[in-house]
Amino acid sequence: MSFSITDTPIDLPAIRAALEHHGCGAAVFFEGRVRDHNEGEAVDRLEYEVYRPLAQSEGEKILAEAAERWSIERSVCIHREGRLELGELAIVVGVVSAHRDEAFQAARYIIDEAKVRLPIWKKEHYRSGEAHWVNCQRCGAHAHAHSG
Amino acid sequence: MKTVHVRYFAAFRDATGRSEETIASAAETLAELFGERVAAHTALHPEAAARVALNDTLVDWESAFSDGDEVLFFPPVAGG
Repeated sequence: MSFSITDTPIDLPAIRAALEHHGCGAAVFFEGRVRDHNEGEAVDRLEYEVYRPLAQSEGEKILAEAAERWSIERSVCIHREGRLELGELAIVVGVVSAHRDEAFQAARYIIDEAKVRLPIWKKEHYRSGEAHWVNCQRCGAHAHAHSG
Repeated sequence: MKTVHVRYFAAFRDATGRSEETIASAAETLAELFGERVAAHTALHPEAAARVALNDTLVDWESAFSDGDEVLFFPPVAGG
């Protein structure tokens, strides 16, 4: 199991190499990429802020939970920090197991938990020039009021 | 009164205009402490999905805190 935060582009071939295992017939990878739109707004780029000490311990916990619940051999989760351009990898989850069911389910669990539990915040920079922290309703209202 | 070191992240840092501050507080719980900070910083608002950590451990908003603790206020997360 390996969880990490990186401020440089995620190295997909290195993750695939780390998950090579002759006992595993299934390898499932999830790539979270920077999308060019969100809720009707054209997105230009993203910025991720990470509180590393807790992100690391919480991320390791999530991978341990997945290994406990499903019979998987290895798992990797890497999340980016800092400024990201469209199409870049924001997060990658990789799981290998003997059979596909376990790998699919564990990978799904890891990405779902990572999105709601890791102390990571996403700021969307829009083509309009505005920027908002995602999921922060009242902070967004405040930003609008002051950018007006 | 207890003296605590408070840190703000992401939207909370933008709202308070600072990433940290050391304050004296009469609050009993972390929820009350956050309420005091909302009163002190007009742009800071409560968020339903906000979390709080005490000395690098996620805890309940109703938790008590001690003199010298470090309190981290996390706005709603959005990883992935």
